[in-house]
Amino acid sequence: MDKKTFVNLGRVDQIALGHGRCFVVGGEEIAVFRLRDGKLAAVENRCPHRQGPLSEGLLGSGKVVCPLHGHKFDLASGEGMEKGECVRTFEVREQDGEIILDFSAGG
Amino acid sequence: MQKRLVIIGNGMAGARAAEEILKRAPEMFKIVMFGAEPYGNYNRILLSNVLNQSQRPEEIFLNPLTWYRENGIFLYSGVKAVRIDTALRCVVGYPLPAEVNAYDFCDGLFDREAVVTEPYDHIIIATGSRPFVPPIEGQNLPGVFLFRTIDDCRRIGEFAAGCRKAVVIGGGLLGLEAARGLLTHNVEVTVVEAGGQLMHAQLDEESGQMLKRTMEAMGISVVVNSRTKRIRHDDGKITGLEFQDETSVEADMVIISAGIRPITEVAQVSGITVNKGIVCDDRMRTNVPEVFALGECVEHRGKMYGLVDPIWEQARVLADIVTGTDPQARYEGSKTATKLKVMGVDLVSVGVKEAEKPSDETVVYREPKRNIYKKVIIRDEKIHGAILLGDTGSADTLLQMFKTGQDVPANRPELFFGTVEGPALVNAADLPDHAQICNCNGVCKKEIVAAIQNDHCRSVSAVGARTKAGKGCGSCRGMIAQIIESCLGKVSYDAAEHYYVPGIPLEKSQLVAQVRAKNLKSVSAVFAAFAGGKEDADSKVGLASLLKTLWPGEYEDERDARFINDRVHANIQRDGTFSVVPRIYGGVTTPDELMRIAGVAVKYQVKMVKITGGQRIDLLGVQKPVLPLIWKELGMPSGHAYTKAFRTCKSCVGTDFCRYGLGDSIKLAQTIERRFQGVESPHKMKLATAGCPRNCSEAYVKDIGAVAIGEDKWEIYIGGAAGGTVRKGDLLCTARGHEETVRVIGRFMQYYREHAKYMERTYGFVGRVGIDVLKSVLIEDSLGICARLDARIQEAVEAYRDPWREAQEPAYEHQFAGPKRISLAEG
Ligand SMILES: Cc1cc2nc3c(=O)[nH]c(=O)nc-3n(C[C@H](O)[C@H](O)[C@H](O)COP(=O)(O)OP(=O)(O)OC[C@H]3O[C@@H](n4cnc5c(N)ncnc54)[C@H](O)[C@@H]3O)c2cc1C
Ligand code: SF4
Ligand code: FES
Repeated sequence: MDKKTFVNLGRVDQIALGHGRCFVVGGEEIAVFRLRDGKLAAVENRCPHRQGPLSEGLLGSGKVVCPLHGHKFDLASGEGMEKGECVRTFEVREQDGEIILDFSAGG
Repeated sequence: MQKRLVIIGNGMAGARAAEEILKRAPEMFKIVMFGAEPYGNYNRILLSNVLNQSQRPEEIFLNPLTWYRENGIFLYSGVKAVRIDTALRCVVGYPLPAEVNAYDFCDGLFDREAVVTEPYDHIIIATGSRPFVPPIEGQNLPGVFLFRTIDDCRRIGEFAAGCRKAVVIGGGLLGLEAARGLLTHNVEVTVVEAGGQLMHAQLDEESGQMLKRTMEAMGISVVVNSRTKRIRHDDGKITGLEFQDETSVEADMVIISAGIRPITEVAQVSGITVNKGIVCDDRMRTNVPEVFALGECVEHRGKMYGLVDPIWEQARVLADIVTGTDPQARYEGSKTATKLKVMGVDLVSVGVKEAEKPSDETVVYREPKRNIYKKVIIRDEKIHGAILLGDTGSADTLLQMFKTGQDVPANRPELFFGTVEGPALVNAADLPDHAQICNCNGVCKKEIVAAIQNDHCRSVSAVGARTKAGKGCGSCRGMIAQIIESCLGKVSYDAAEHYYVPGIPLEKSQLVAQVRAKNLKSVSAVFAAFAGGKEDADSKVGLASLLKTLWPGEYEDERDARFINDRVHANIQRDGTFSVVPRIYGGVTTPDELMRIAGVAVKYQVKMVKITGGQRIDLLGVQKPVLPLIWKELGMPSGHAYTKAFRTCKSCVGTDFCRYGLGDSIKLAQTIERRFQGVESPHKMKLATAGCPRNCSEAYVKDIGAVAIGEDKWEIYIGGAAGGTVRKGDLLCTARGHEETVRVIGRFMQYYREHAKYMERTYGFVGRVGIDVLKSVLIEDSLGICARLDARIQEAVEAYRDPWREAQEPAYEHQFAGPKRISLAEG
């Protein structure tokens, strides 16, 4: 049950620094961000509001801003600034220049 | 053990009762709510704003679904309670089929298998009311709507998109608010009233007639004394209304707003006494022990209310009684006031509208030319009724005097105009703690004072954020300011409202000065200097725009500070695809360009090709990775249809072909567009040139418009708008020749770039600064800055580089990368 599913998404530098990119893992869209300080973060890609692609959003203070209507989500907790909205988050880390995503939560 | 409380009806009254109970005894009950509407509770009075598109539906929620969860309330949303089984002590309900309205009579339609039963110890009935529909033939035709729920608003908006003419049946408060809302959907609106005047319940005849004139001046037609007999149709499509006297009006949609009726079925079938409404005593109890009721479904001391104000008081009493907090609590009826929420019409009515006894005294002030009418009815030196139309400045005061029963001043004119010297008639500071200040959200003075003293709210907006006061119709904001002043000595304005961007505590001119002084050339440098390196996402785009204006050619472009549109030079669409709009100078294209556009559209299976309002061609539905391929094949520069910058310059055919043409509008438009393409600004700039004052290209309503008046003279208009706001531009000057015209236009652009707030369109900017100031600065050079402005805009022009060249050489790696697929087997 507790078995973890780690997925290697490839080189870190396929995401420009300070940007996000969408990865489709086993059919599921996940937005992975490479923050300016080099840390990685990952959340489900579709905004709960109207399915805006969060991977295209602006980043700042640990939050991502949806490009469609500006709803904001905390990258660590997934919590939205609008009441009742939140997105799923995934553990993600860099290992030898590669992105390793813990997909067990979603798988 | 917790007692079980079932609340039937999840509207403003039901949810408020739950809140008041939780405040007093959070652990006492296990609360279960039945709500026929499939949502959490929202502020129904703001539906008028949803319909007139000044608020989005998601902005009016008072209790989102998480609120229920956090407070341990189980909500059956989309489930209608149909019966209280007093023998088994349970409430019976069914899920509402999707196609029926929450307020419909729908007994036969339920799926009997899906029954829900919920045991209770106490019940609160808060079922509200439903729109009343008079017997009119054709009321079930598609295109006939009622106005009560969020779903109604959505359906009305969707249907209006395909309509030209709408009729609202009913000239009461809601009918007028509906009519005003429809105007924003670009339909012609007629209000049809059966009686002789508008708002019969609240206005006397004279003010009713005056209101009619005011509505007509807004572009709403009003027909009175017309009883609708049938809605005419042609094979199911509405064509108009026919009245009892055989006359008719054309229409292709209809809203019926002819009053409301309480929803009482659940009570009725369960043996609860119902007269006009569900009968309640002063403790909000019905005749059945343990069953309470409140809100619009209730009849109390023979009276029914159609406003939210009484609900707040009822909810407090009900909560005091049901929790046992104050067994002596009693509800003794409410004194209500009505305010019409129609933009551009100030109208407040309280109490009675006419004198009723010979001893009643009536004081009236009229100013027919400006459509102002004020009337107060005085009984025993107290306000018994009042109507204020056209100017509601004294409404706050009159309302408080009415509610508190304070004596009126002996010098009657003070009622309308205040005292000549000395203190105001009613000072918020003197009001008792329990005086209700915000009637829309039921907030008393005590709560506002607590927000100021305990939570350190210093501005009206801070108090609103904390208590909801002032967030309904807004008419109590003056009172809130007075209370803040009496507690703290002065009212603060949220400084943040004036910051250029939220994340940097500086107003624009200070920020500009600091950025120049410290030589800050990148967004991250600004964050480092003023925000301790904390990067605020909401501030990035505004800062990037400002820095680019301040440092043309030198600005250090950090791509992650750009909004997605400006990263990939295309406009993101609701489905996450992008649109491509190549530049077509002055709206003039060539067969060769058209063939290239058609070629890429076919090759890349563009979803839609659309001619835009700016005289260009839009290719819609393009995936990000395809963008550079299309640009390369088009070989045309970007039209900047995605960014805050100079957009287009439309033109009419002018002297080339038009027989009225006085100036070469095409050539001027092309010159302007070649020169200013890509120049960034606080918000978009849309321009036009017209060959004569017939204005075929709409130059009068553009951010900047040039209109030929002959002899190579051009009138330059600035600050026009024809979007959500419509404004005719102000005449800045008359320039001679293309060269001078282009120079003045550039000078204004630069001034706007330097001085406007981020996201402030020119119409707001010109309105704020004033055309006289702009004339003196930009034409008479009163500040001696014209030469500098001209030089600066020249630098911006020279710094231009077609962003679509990034198709050849991307600005950074993976700039146009799409989603990457990972198969799980590999992992
Ligand atoms: C467009 C509009 C503008 C308005 N403007 C103003 C204004 O400016 N000022 C003002 O004071 N008032 C205004 N009102 C009136 C105000 O909204 C009402 O007085 C208030 O909403 C009444 O609250 P309520 O809870 O009694 O009823 P509602 O808010 O109607 O709530 C009742 C809820 O119970 C549900 N329900 C009914 N029967 C059942 C059942 N058997 N089982 C489960 N659920 C059920 C209904 O679907 C509804 O969701 C306005 C109303 C409208 C429609
Ligand atoms: S604005 Fe004047 S010149 Fe231009 S097309 Fe219209 S009528 Fe002709
Ligand atoms: S889709 Fe994300 S904010 Fe609307």
